[in-house]
Amino acid sequence: MTPHRPDREVAIVAFAQSDHRRRTDDLSEVEMVMPVLHDVLRQTGLRTSDIDFTCSGSSDYLAGRAFSFTMALDGVGAWPPISESHVETDGAWALYEAWVKLLTGEADTALVYSYGKSSPGSVRDVLTRQLDPYYLAPLWPDSVALAALQAQALVDVGATDEPALAAIATRSRADATANAHAQLPGARPQGEYVVRPLRTGDCPPIGDGVAAVILAVGDRARELCARPAWIRGMDHRIEAHSLGVRDLTDSPSTRLAAERAGAFEAPVDTAELHAPFTSQEVVLRRALDLDESVRVNPSGGALAANPVMAAGLIRLGEAAARIHRGDSDRALAHATSGPCLQQNLVAVLEGEPHVR
Amino acid sequence: MTAPSETLRAPLVVEFPFTRSLGPVQSAFLTGLRERTVLGVRTETGEVLVPPVEYDPATAAELRDLVEVGATGTVTTWAWNPAPRTGQPLATPFAWVLVRLDGADTALLHALDAPGPEAVRTGLRVRIRWAAERSGAITDIACFEPYDSDPVNEPAAHDGRFTDPVTGIVAAARLDYTYSPGRAQTRYLHALGERRTVGERCPSCAKVYVPPRGACPTCGVATTDQVEVGPRGTVTTYCIVNIKAKNLDIEVPYVYAHIALDGAGLALHGRIGGIPYDQVRMGLRVEPVWSDDGRYPDHYRPTGEPDADYDTYKELL
Ligand SMILES: [Zn+2]
Repeated sequence: MTPHRPDREVAIVAFAQSDHRRRTDDLSEVEMVMPVLHDVLRQTGLRTSDIDFTCSGSSDYLAGRAFSFTMALDGVGAWPPISESHVETDGAWALYEAWVKLLTGEADTALVYSYGKSSPGSVRDVLTRQLDPYYLAPLWPDSVALAALQAQALVDVGATDEPALAAIATRSRADATANAHAQLPGARPQGEYVVRPLRTGDCPPIGDGVAAVILAVGDRARELCARPAWIRGMDHRIEAHSLGVRDLTDSPSTRLAAERAGAFEAPVDTAELHAPFTSQEVVLRRALDLDESVRVNPSGGALAANPVMAAGLIRLGEAAARIHRGDSDRALAHATSGPCLQQNLVAVLEGEPHVR
Repeated sequence: MTAPSETLRAPLVVEFPFTRSLGPVQSAFLTGLRERTVLGVRTETGEVLVPPVEYDPATAAELRDLVEVGATGTVTTWAWNPAPRTGQPLATPFAWVLVRLDGADTALLHALDAPGPEAVRTGLRVRIRWAAERSGAITDIACFEPYDSDPVNEPAAHDGRFTDPVTGIVAAARLDYTYSPGRAQTRYLHALGERRTVGERCPSCAKVYVPPRGACPTCGVATTDQVEVGPRGTVTTYCIVNIKAKNLDIEVPYVYAHIALDGAGLALHGRIGGIPYDQVRMGLRVEPVWSDDGRYPDHYRPTGEPDADYDTYKELL
């Protein structure tokens, strides 16, 4: 099936993120979010009142408080009333919603932000609450345990081994030394097994952080950014929740989303993959047919900074920023949600070839 | 800008016992576990799904054709958990396993009791260890244990009927947090400890927020200038509460009000005491009465001043 080509051109024109840290006890959510919103607005010269649509992503389970996003909304300046929406998942899906809104012609600019403060609770336990409440949640299988089952399945089929996983960790954290915002830049020991076969080094850091992007259409985007990162396609797909009915060594939802986003129509030079665990990069590379010519996670990826609910949006932002800088002409960005890559979003971003 | 005060932190426990109803398939499956019977559901293509679902994950077709599968099975993948966490099936190191029960085509997630990772492998034969007390829940399977047997691959027909079927579960969960209120609220709480109420002024629109949240929602900028407000204030609006809240030691009816402290740019909430509930009115002048430990105003009482003029507080309603 030929991917649908949208009538309106939409681009990411600015990206900002916080320094990702293990804890931010001295900051409330809004205090954490606000500087990043100011940063992304400053890059475009826009004020809140100039933005046609705002969409955010977060999770109340991380904060331990209902409707926690309403407080963070204060940082946007929501009075007089603004056009706003919220998704209770990674901000990548908020970006998808904003993209759709822009495609409808209802808005020409959008602010998308998301944040996660994992430090107040235990994120491994918190994430068990997203599981099926009848068959899974009562067993409290944590996020590392589920990723480890997937990793072992990959080892069993010969798709990877522990040294190969360690190499992914090493490469990611070495790349993160060029990323001023990363939580874990540089070499670090693989460490003991957390849940075998995954060691400390195979797992993402736990931390707090924020990301924000601005989207704009057509000539508005060209006014706001010297080299806009045009969204050529974007799609997201979901698989069955139950792990026992899925082939954990594959990610057909990623492949399908990529197909529908047009990822396979021309080679990409960069891929920002949302793979919190080293083993998940193996799955995603297989699903997306990425070879050695593609620069994967030059930012260091989620292994270097994984603010839950913002880490997916950061992949889109990092891919866009590489296009803004002229480091990439055609990039793939991926975000995931749910256990063992259950839900996957893929976007294809391009810079205009004549503007470098 | 004031110097940051010491970060406050306090335990925050969130507990939620969701009561969930079961459809016909889940009810049969969980009741079956109580009776040491494992049921699966057969799809249109003849595949047997265990644990069973009501709709085919591939076609969305409604599934109702229940079958009984074995209590023995084969590990399809595994992960060794050296440090069990609260709520997990075993307190000693164990393997997480996906097990394809004999007669089933899909795998069930659970725990495997084994002496160590060297005793576990994909393809290992296992059997269910039933919980001594069973109530109709996935935890009726205490765990799996290694068990060398030949697979029996033919599922048996089962009508899914049991006496006294389980129709619902209580999904209990507890999450422990350490709550930190951030800079603005920390400053507010520290001041309350000194029986002062501080708000924060927006540098852009000059509105004073009490309690401060760190940002002006109108301007979207940080509020950093501290302003002492009150202690007196004006009732801007109120309601009369007639139903006693659980664990609340206040006689009903009582009055809950919006109170605009002098100097504040918006009203905060508080209980009104020291006056019969039916004599509270808009414009009533009030002052805080501090709790015994002096860490927050317990309620507000009339000051005895004349009522405030409507024009002085109409913007704060
Ligand atoms: Zn203001």
